[in-house]
Amino acid sequence: MSLDEQTKDRDTSLLEVEPATPAAHDPYLKGVSDLTATSSPTPPDVWARDIQSVATEKNVAAFERLFSHFAPKVKGFLIKSGADAALAEECAQEVMVTLWHKAHMFDPTRASAGTWIFTIARNKKIDAIRKQRRPEPEDVGWGPEHEPDQEDVIGLQQETMKLGQAISNLPEKQRNLVERAYFGDMSHSEIAAATGLPLGTIKSRIRLALDRLRHAMK
Amino acid sequence: MAMSEIKHHLSDDILMAYASGNLPEAFSVAVAAHVSMCDTCRATLESFDAIGGSLLTETAPVETGADAFQSVMDKIRQAPSEAPVLRNATPDFPTPLSDYVGESLDEIKWQPIGMGVKQSILHTQDDATARLLYIPPGTAVPNHSHEGLEMTLVLQGAFADETEYFSVGDIELADGSTVHTPIAADGQPCICLAVTEAPLKFKKMFHRLVQPLMRI
Ligand SMILES: [Zn+2]
Repeated sequence: MSLDEQTKDRDTSLLEVEPATPAAHDPYLKGVSDLTATSSPTPPDVWARDIQSVATEKNVAAFERLFSHFAPKVKGFLIKSGADAALAEECAQEVMVTLWHKAHMFDPTRASAGTWIFTIARNKKIDAIRKQRRPEPEDVGWGPEHEPDQEDVIGLQQETMKLGQAISNLPEKQRNLVERAYFGDMSHSEIAAATGLPLGTIKSRIRLALDRLRHAMK
Repeated sequence: MAMSEIKHHLSDDILMAYASGNLPEAFSVAVAAHVSMCDTCRATLESFDAIGGSLLTETAPVETGADAFQSVMDKIRQAPSEAPVLRNATPDFPTPLSDYVGESLDEIKWQPIGMGVKQSILHTQDDATARLLYIPPGTAVPNHSHEGLEMTLVLQGAFADETEYFSVGDIELADGSTVHTPIAADGQPCICLAVTEAPLKFKKMFHRLVQPLMRI
């Protein structure tokens, strides 16, 4: 099976709320199926595990999977945001380089892989397309010695999927507004019209993860 | 910086504008500084990031160059991880603000603007202006602008207007339509980060700052 085909399979399994166990013939997914069976019917964010492998063991195979799946999406995002193909290619590559170097900062109890990569791509867009500095909040992250609780990782993943579904179920007009806000340029008053998505539960989950983190840092 | 009990927060539309990358740089400094001190707003911000994540996940891929992966691996090998930035153990400001003004309050180059009030303007893009303000105890906080968005983040001390009290970490949002007369609390000087929109008003505002402070 080619990498592309694998990628497609994993895409589908991530988008369903309660998918069957991940394709048993997929050698990569075998490693995670035991976890799926014991703790939840929802598969963990396989991309999150890949980022963690990059962080802990500089795993090039995991990085290549992430690259094949996300680099073309990041390039698409940057083109939608106004970059020409050459600049988008260059920036997408730089986003992946940043992913490699910052993988240890990724906290799967607060962000899905897609969300975390979005923040890197967004910052690259501000830097390279808008030629503007991006002030970022002070980092808070688990130290290298800490393993995030899988229950929390799966819970966050479920909330992210629900949010993704809520976005796809938005009326066309409102969905376009949200897309324009995130991919294009908008004043903050226009953005106000795009709010109203169900963010309460994912917000509480992230808040809980932050509280645990603060507690562990004491 | 120590987390204190924060009562005045950022609004959802501002956090969403920041998450989607639509806020001018000067406002982004104040948002990033407040979020550094406030986990309530950090959680909201990260949930808005998740909207961006969902949209990215659904984005149609555009094929990368044939040698893209190899080229990324080369870049990784050529530029090993950046050395961590060495920071003061007890900085006076949250890091996103330190990146603009340094870590120590003692190193700020203040410019007196009358009544004992001093300011120091940050170097940001000019679609909005961020400045540090130093306001002696009991002195009126300069009223920045009467149009557009205003943010005032308290970094040290406190200020109060007729109805509300703002202490360290609190951020006041105003749209210029509300006329208020904040005054620095007694005790220590109040240091805040004030951000205003509309560069055209800058001259007028500066004029107002130097001259009729008594008016406020
Ligand atoms: Zn807050």
